[in-house]
Amino acid sequence: MITLGDYLLVSGILFSIGFAGVMLRRNLIIILMSLELMLNAANLSLVAFSRFRVDPGGLPNYNAQVFVFFIVTVAAAEVAVGLAILVALFRLRQTTDVKDISSLKF
Amino acid sequence: MSPFLFWIFALLTLIFGAAVVVNRNPVASALSLVVSFLGLAALFMSLDAFFVGIIQVLVYAGAVMVLFLFIVMLLNLQTEERRRINWLAAAGGIGVAVILLVQICFVIGHFQAAVQTFPPLARSTTDDVWNIGALLFRDYNLPFQIVGVLVLVATIGVVLLSKRAPR
Repeated sequence: MITLGDYLLVSGILFSIGFAGVMLRRNLIIILMSLELMLNAANLSLVAFSRFRVDPGGLPNYNAQVFVFFIVTVAAAEVAVGLAILVALFRLRQTTDVKDISSLKF
Repeated sequence: MSPFLFWIFALLTLIFGAAVVVNRNPVASALSLVVSFLGLAALFMSLDAFFVGIIQVLVYAGAVMVLFLFIVMLLNLQTEERRRINWLAAAGGIGVAVILLVQICFVIGHFQAAVQTFPPLARSTTDDVWNIGALLFRDYNLPFQIVGVLVLVATIGVVLLSKRAPR
C-alpha cells in the first residue's frame, strides 16, 4: 500500500529538483519554471496531509486544499508579473541570462 | 489508487521535472513542465482531491504554460550557446540541493505518521468543489478577498510593466 511517506518523498524530490534548477540555471525563464516546480511540490504535500487527516465526518480536511487554491492563485499572479519584468528587461538589455544582469551586484 | 499507478505517475512527474532543469532549449523545458504538471494532477486525483487536480490542469498545464510558451516565442530565444560551465559553482549548486534532499529524507524517516497508510473515506469526494467553496466563503472569506485584490494589483502591474516608456 502507498503510505503518506511515499507522497512526501515524491514531494521532497520534486522540491529538490526545482531548487537545483534555481541554483544551476542562468536562463531567467527556466528559473521561473523551477520556482513553479517548487510551489507544486509544496502543494503535493499539502494535499497528501489533507487526505491523511480525515475529519470525524469521514471527509478529507479541506483546509489544506483551500491553501492549495490560494497558492495556485498567488503563483499565477507571480508568473504573470515575473514574465512581464522579463519582457521589460529583454527590451532593455536583449538578454535573459542572469550573468549579464549584474548592475545591482556588490 | 493502486501502487503501480502511483509510481508510474510519480516517476512521470519526477523525470519530466528533471528534464525541465536539464534541457537547454526553453521550449523543450516548457513542454516537459506540462507533462510534469499533468502527472502531478493525476497524483492529486489519487488523493481524492478532484478539484485541485482539475485546477492544476486548467491553471498550470493550460494558462501558465501558454504564458511561458508565448514569452519564449515572443523573445525568440534560441538554445543558449554553450558557455564555459563553472564546474565549481555547478558542483556547489548540486551539492546544496542534494544536502536539502538528504535532510528532507531524514525528516520523513523520523516522522512517525509517514509509515501509515491513508484512512478510508466515509464516501466519495466527487462533490469537493462544494465543500471547498463553502469553506472558502465561510472561514476564509477575508483571505479570499485579499487574493482578489492581489490579482487586481498584479494585472495593473503587468500592464504598467509591459507599456513602452514614453520617449
